[in-house]
Amino acid sequence: MPIIEVEHVEKEFTVRRPLGRLRRERVRVRAVVDLTFAIERASIVGYIGPNGAGKSTTVKMLTGILVPTRGRISVAGLVPTRQRMRLAGKIGVMFGQRVQLWWDLPLVESFDLLRHVYRVPADRHRENLLRFRDLLELDPFLNTPVRQLSLGQRIRGELTAAMLHDPEIVFLDEPTIGLDVIAKQRVREFLLQANRDRGVTVLLTTHDLADIERLCSRVLILDRGRLIYDGDVPSLKSRFGKERVLVVDLEETAPPLRLAGARVVRVEGPRQWIAFDGDRTSAAELTGAVAAQAPLRDLTVEEPEIEDVVRRIYEEQPE
Amino acid sequence: MPLAESLSLDLAMARVGFGRYAAYPIASAAGIFTNVVFGLMRGSILLALFAQRERIGAYDASATLTYVWLTQGLLNVVAMWGWQDLAIRVRTGDIATDLIRPIHPLRAALAADYGRAAYQLLVRAVPPILVGIVIFRTSLPPSPVAWLAFAVSLTLAIAVSLGFRFVYNVAAFWTTDHRGAMILALVVMSVFSGFTIPIQFFPPWLAAIASATPFPSMIQTPVDVWIGALSGSSLVGALVAQLAWAAALLGLSYGLFARGTRRLVIQGG
Repeated sequence: MPIIEVEHVEKEFTVRRPLGRLRRERVRVRAVVDLTFAIERASIVGYIGPNGAGKSTTVKMLTGILVPTRGRISVAGLVPTRQRMRLAGKIGVMFGQRVQLWWDLPLVESFDLLRHVYRVPADRHRENLLRFRDLLELDPFLNTPVRQLSLGQRIRGELTAAMLHDPEIVFLDEPTIGLDVIAKQRVREFLLQANRDRGVTVLLTTHDLADIERLCSRVLILDRGRLIYDGDVPSLKSRFGKERVLVVDLEETAPPLRLAGARVVRVEGPRQWIAFDGDRTSAAELTGAVAAQAPLRDLTVEEPEIEDVVRRIYEEQPE
Repeated sequence: MPLAESLSLDLAMARVGFGRYAAYPIASAAGIFTNVVFGLMRGSILLALFAQRERIGAYDASATLTYVWLTQGLLNVVAMWGWQDLAIRVRTGDIATDLIRPIHPLRAALAADYGRAAYQLLVRAVPPILVGIVIFRTSLPPSPVAWLAFAVSLTLAIAVSLGFRFVYNVAAFWTTDHRGAMILALVVMSVFSGFTIPIQFFPPWLAAIASATPFPSMIQTPVDVWIGALSGSSLVGALVAQLAWAAALLGLSYGLFARGTRRLVIQGG
């Protein structure tokens, strides 16, 4: 049975818009439209979409702090808004923009308080904290007040706070935002390990598509409140990202090459970028065709970036 | 939840409340200095009243001095100058993170407030009270029973005060600017609690109005217990009134918070 079930969920907000000097009109805005999906236990699912697509609204409904206007939601067998406090013990939530740690206190004291709030047995807490300290390298700033932490340190602290009580599901909003490359890698490895070793279900929203590629077995893409893609990353790429790019370095500068089934998209001195459909033409065929026209020095094939893939999906959606 | 677990959670919450204030020792030192200076001013102004007469109600000059230095100490314990942690969390939307914890925000606030009050009592209240005792020969509770009654009364005063503060903070669910409500609340509280002058100095009609409000339960009652103006059945009555106000205001806080939350979860933050 899926751990998260969402059936025909909609959320409408009433917004007041000024109309002339005194009058105001009330407008119903649909933030989420007929959303249906289910998430299996122990999966890592990416939830992506442009700003205002309805991602946070969905996460708020799943965690019980927003009531859906229509539809049915079940999380860990509970109805979030009706059983919010019971659900709270089973989930961990990290909002990228919010500080959940106690601002004035050393990091470790927030963790200790959370142990009491979530009623984690002392030895279990000690064991978990030890693991987090090791994986996320918390030791250098464990006794620093939260207000003095750098963004990267604070995010690692928040992540620990969200997961210290062994939640069944974690909702992570932008867990790698503002982190440097090494810290991002550390956080990703940490999430993979928690998922693999403990069967934690992860739903993460992100703008960083590398997160999606490295972590997620499945992606949900939301646009203007509607679910426009639900599937794995490879088929996302093959469906929307068939176009690959062959980058060739020629012996000499040449005018853009003319090739069947491919087109030159960029020229810089002797280097040319040739876009082609990976399903119809192979890179080897294309390389042969290029070599027949001009002597080749070097070449690489660029895979489609998931950024481009997602951008194309957004662009394809009718207004 | 078993009682021991429950208590240890409240204690942990209280430790956090204590620690948050202990994190700023320089602010505390500046606050103590201000409290003592104002104590000197309030003492000399109120003593002028006794140039013409021996006593006002239960207060003679010596009891009035005790009142001044005690209230200078207790004003921070009952957060006389306001508290807006909750309102700010509502305004910024951080309240969402409180709602996804398996602890009710009112209970968390009450437990943390006892920690805050414990810090204020030790660090902010003891120095002005000591200044009063050492320099102005102000009096102490007359008996061990009076000490005990004072401790009970102060404990209840903190709950009454938190209940009241929680109510005006909850206003932030409905208004974008909670500060208007807070300032009005603070003016009323500082007068009717008996902080500005003892309620016994009020004209009778105003004293009657004050006694019908929860505010004397925050300051006047613990002070009257300390100086021995309340004893026997009047003492018991005053403590019961405090308990009743604490229950009423915390109950109101609970109800208003539930309504505010419902509004938030239906209409969004």
